[in-house]
Amino acid sequence: MGTSEDQTYFVNFGPQHPAAHGVLRLVLGLSGEVVERADPHIGLLHRGTEKLIENKTYLQATPYFDRLDYVGTMNQEHAFVLAVEKLMGIEVPARGKMIRTLYCEIGRILNHLLNITAYVMDVGGMTPILWGFEEREKLMEFYERACGARLHANYFRPGGVSFDTPQALLDDIGAWTESFPKIIDDIETLVTENRIFKQRTVDIGIVSPEQALDWGFSGPNLRASGIAWDLRKSQPYDSYAEMDFDIPICKHGDCYDRYLIRMVEMRESVKIIKQCLAKMPGGPAKAEDRKVTPPPRAEMKRSMEALIHHFKLFTEGLRVPAGETYTAVEAPKGEFAVYLVSDGTNRPYRCKIRAPGYAHLQALEMMGKGHMLADVVAIIGSIDIVFGEIDR
Amino acid sequence: MTLPIDELGNAIEAALPDDVLGTHLENGELVVLARLGAIIHVLTHLRDDSSCMFKQLMDICGADYPDREHRFEVVYNLLSLKHNQRVRVKVLADEGDAVPTVTGVFSTAGWFEREVFDMYGIPFDGHPDLRRLLTDYNFEGYPLRKDFPLTGYYEVRYDDETKRIVYEPVKLVQEFRNFDFLSPWEGMVTKGEAKG
Repeated sequence: MGTSEDQTYFVNFGPQHPAAHGVLRLVLGLSGEVVERADPHIGLLHRGTEKLIENKTYLQATPYFDRLDYVGTMNQEHAFVLAVEKLMGIEVPARGKMIRTLYCEIGRILNHLLNITAYVMDVGGMTPILWGFEEREKLMEFYERACGARLHANYFRPGGVSFDTPQALLDDIGAWTESFPKIIDDIETLVTENRIFKQRTVDIGIVSPEQALDWGFSGPNLRASGIAWDLRKSQPYDSYAEMDFDIPICKHGDCYDRYLIRMVEMRESVKIIKQCLAKMPGGPAKAEDRKVTPPPRAEMKRSMEALIHHFKLFTEGLRVPAGETYTAVEAPKGEFAVYLVSDGTNRPYRCKIRAPGYAHLQALEMMGKGHMLADVVAIIGSIDIVFGEIDR
Repeated sequence: MTLPIDELGNAIEAALPDDVLGTHLENGELVVLARLGAIIHVLTHLRDDSSCMFKQLMDICGADYPDREHRFEVVYNLLSLKHNQRVRVKVLADEGDAVPTVTGVFSTAGWFEREVFDMYGIPFDGHPDLRRLLTDYNFEGYPLRKDFPLTGYYEVRYDDETKRIVYEPVKLVQEFRNFDFLSPWEGMVTKGEAKG
């Protein structure tokens, strides 16, 4: 270690550091304990998702979206299926839309529970992660009962969802929405006014509204900087236009505000889930167009045509008319978008995935400059990054 | 005042006659084709003009069309919070053409341009830090180009004898199986023209 005061020395933070939230290798230039430079080296989890999708059919591409941000999986499938639906001009039945909205909000709570509690653990609080994971377990059970998988759901399809959700499951989700706000209250009593937590987060990593726009922020991080913008309100997709909910914003744009935003958003998500359950329409959960969605198993036993449709769908897959679209959804972390180019065949020609965490992590140097080394940990926790989506 | 999206395209074309090669709507989304050398000017106009106000650059991506006259496309996706509109700006580039960097217009462009350089090998002129980003250290080639094989050229494994990571040419027991399932599907109703 250097002794002279003007000497900058470099620290490798990660890629196996627990506070790096995955495989971030962060090269920090420090002067004493003050961060002068922060150069994130990403790509250690790069799996070539975009290249793989170009070589698969449209139906085979949805599971890759679960493996991007593996915390809010269905939200990302949502962007992709909406893009395909837009290119193909598929109309989704009301029940399918409502189920997708419902599960997207469950995904949002799953994501915020993990982020907030892991973030609190990064800055010293152990208890919330234990409480949060108990609730996440219940939510992942709902995932499992809907589609058979706890994490990598692969539930959304162009035209709706793969299976209808049974009423018993909806009732259980309804019961859960009654008990969950108590857990948010408990976490809030532990964390929100906690002296140590506030010392670690208030006025740390401040992002002004101008900076937030310049650096391409979206989602809770943008709203923490005081900009009221939410794609669910401004460019509503699926059933969000029918929902009554509020968009919380904060003023300071520091790490503490980014925590507060997510706490309030969970309560708003509970509101949306309740409305989804109350308004859940009957009817089919996916489009009845047999060129888009497979026929029911029973029908295939009797109808030759249904069997052919099934065979063609799972070999050739969907054939999407030539065209391109940039379709964005409000994923838990921010604007998650798919830029999909189709050349009229059964495989995407280009599928660019716009991950919100990518833009947020890039701004780490801007946020962390001049702060202490320990504050960088708080900043990384507060911007909510998951390497699956950043590295793709 | 918020212009409807089709009028906005005409307005942009009228304001920048030399720099915009054309605009059109695609699935209701505005696409602006810009001249390669003028991308900084076009994006600055889109960001600052009162009828545009595209204050956020959400994404930059490349695309490879080997059969076209200009092989690469660089696509900028912009978002206006004020007018609640999106616009997609495209420039065309040949192999070896450098695209002027827009990091001076939007700070967020830095990593997005690095990614395009990493994946397609399109250089960005004036970029402050144009290194590879997502691929491995010392990676060779540009993986998202259409002529780059899906399985790549090198594979990595831990060698038990030398006790370190070694890079070897890819050896596949079975070639990657690329099935052509495309066949005419009669009665297919699509918006566009299906080939086959």
